[in-house]
Amino acid sequence: MTQPGTESWRDVPAGGTVLLPGSTERNLTGSWRTKLPVIDFDACTHCMICWVMCPDSCFKTAEGTLQSVDLDHCKGCGICATECPVKCIEMVPEERD
Amino acid sequence: MVDTQERPASGDMAAPATSTAIAVNGGEAVAYALRQIEPEVVAAYPITPQTLIIEKFAEYCADGLVRTEYINVESEHAALSACVGASAAGARAITATAGPGLALMFEMLGVASGMRLPIVMHLCTRALSAPLNILGDHSDAMAMRETGWVMLSGSSPQEAYDLALVAQTIAEHPDVMLPCANLVDGFMVTHAVERVDVLPDDVVREFVGEYEPETSLLAEGSTATYGALDFRDYYFEHRRQQEAALYRSQPVVEEALKRFGEISGRSHKIIEPYMMDDAEVVLVLMGSAEGQVHAAVDAARDAGLKAGALRIRLLRPFPTEAVAEALSGARVIGVLDRAIGFGSVDNPLLSDVKSALWDQSARPLTKGFVYGLGGRVVTLGQFNQAFDELRTVLETGETPGDPTYLGLREDGEVPA
Repeated sequence: MTQPGTESWRDVPAGGTVLLPGSTERNLTGSWRTKLPVIDFDACTHCMICWVMCPDSCFKTAEGTLQSVDLDHCKGCGICATECPVKCIEMVPEERD
Repeated sequence: MVDTQERPASGDMAAPATSTAIAVNGGEAVAYALRQIEPEVVAAYPITPQTLIIEKFAEYCADGLVRTEYINVESEHAALSACVGASAAGARAITATAGPGLALMFEMLGVASGMRLPIVMHLCTRALSAPLNILGDHSDAMAMRETGWVMLSGSSPQEAYDLALVAQTIAEHPDVMLPCANLVDGFMVTHAVERVDVLPDDVVREFVGEYEPETSLLAEGSTATYGALDFRDYYFEHRRQQEAALYRSQPVVEEALKRFGEISGRSHKIIEPYMMDDAEVVLVLMGSAEGQVHAAVDAARDAGLKAGALRIRLLRPFPTEAVAEALSGARVIGVLDRAIGFGSVDNPLLSDVKSALWDQSARPLTKGFVYGLGGRVVTLGQFNQAFDELRTVLETGETPGDPTYLGLREDGEVPA
């Protein structure tokens, strides 16, 4: 959840309109997750289909290769695991304190 | 029929524009206003008694008299949803509905006001079902009171036209930016043919101006997101801000009515007093029963009662101070409700009026009346009866807690 600022109710944008783009980056949805995508990098072909399909843009890349998952935003929806053509992503139940 | 005439200037008003008198019903009068406003979008679903407005306006579209995008929708929920989308996109959007149609819009009523979209709705007030009824009362409007809309109520086709224009400028005022409803009494106003003085098109266009929102979805360079999730972090602040905007709209309403008076010669106020200067016994009402209530005031005065009437033109935000001030000299106040507030302490209008009076140093006695539900014929005799009962309250100093139901069949009697 976004951390509220200190602005008064008088100063917030009318109607809850979000004036600037990119605000979802501040909305940490990782806590919604019950299952964690675990990537078997030995099997991964770096085809980037997971990167394309992820609704939260969580797959981090560098120099054309898949690197990691942004766990602050991954909701654990499992679309990546379903779409992966070589089935190298496994959704693993995640235990939390 | 066309009869062009100069309207007389009064007081400090500038010379009003040349009006044209036409004979139309209230629905067509609103449609005439819509043609002059020529909004970008009208989305509406036909429902009695609103059909007169949207059929006539559809004709204007078909005849090429307006360039409005007229959206035929599958329901009233969709009608107001389409207006929400259009308004967020930066368009001037208008809808019209009645009774059950308003009920089907309910979810979107709060979306329109919560998103601060200046949509205008022409609500042809109609009974809510069941039993199934298509005729006029205020059940729908009263159910809408707490959805955050500015609500204006007229009593004649002329006022339906006037307030249709005024509503536009109120909703879109930068200090307000809230949807506004123009309450047009179903059948009694929508279907009543009367003389209506209409302003020239160019005068209306100058009065309503262009709608130019500060932000919108489709504005060039806009990065705004409308209708985003708003949880425990900011929802409270946005609701508080919305409430403040609604209260802030009252002076805007007053200013808009004043400005309209300057161009039309018709100076409407947020409340409409009649014979109130020395009135001790007052009937408060909203809507089209005004003529009969005034006749009943005259009859009561002839019978020696210091009677008066007060019509509420601005239902939301409720003009608390103006109502309390207008009623400050009254000793007995009867409030006419054309709706039942099921299970409430009082019926809707009585509840508002009593709340407005609570903080006054000398609180008058009040009495509730219910009349005209589901199109039940409203008669002068009913309001004569009301003043008779108020006279008894004045003389005895006691007021019964239950409302009187005017024109209701009781124990086999034929209603007055």
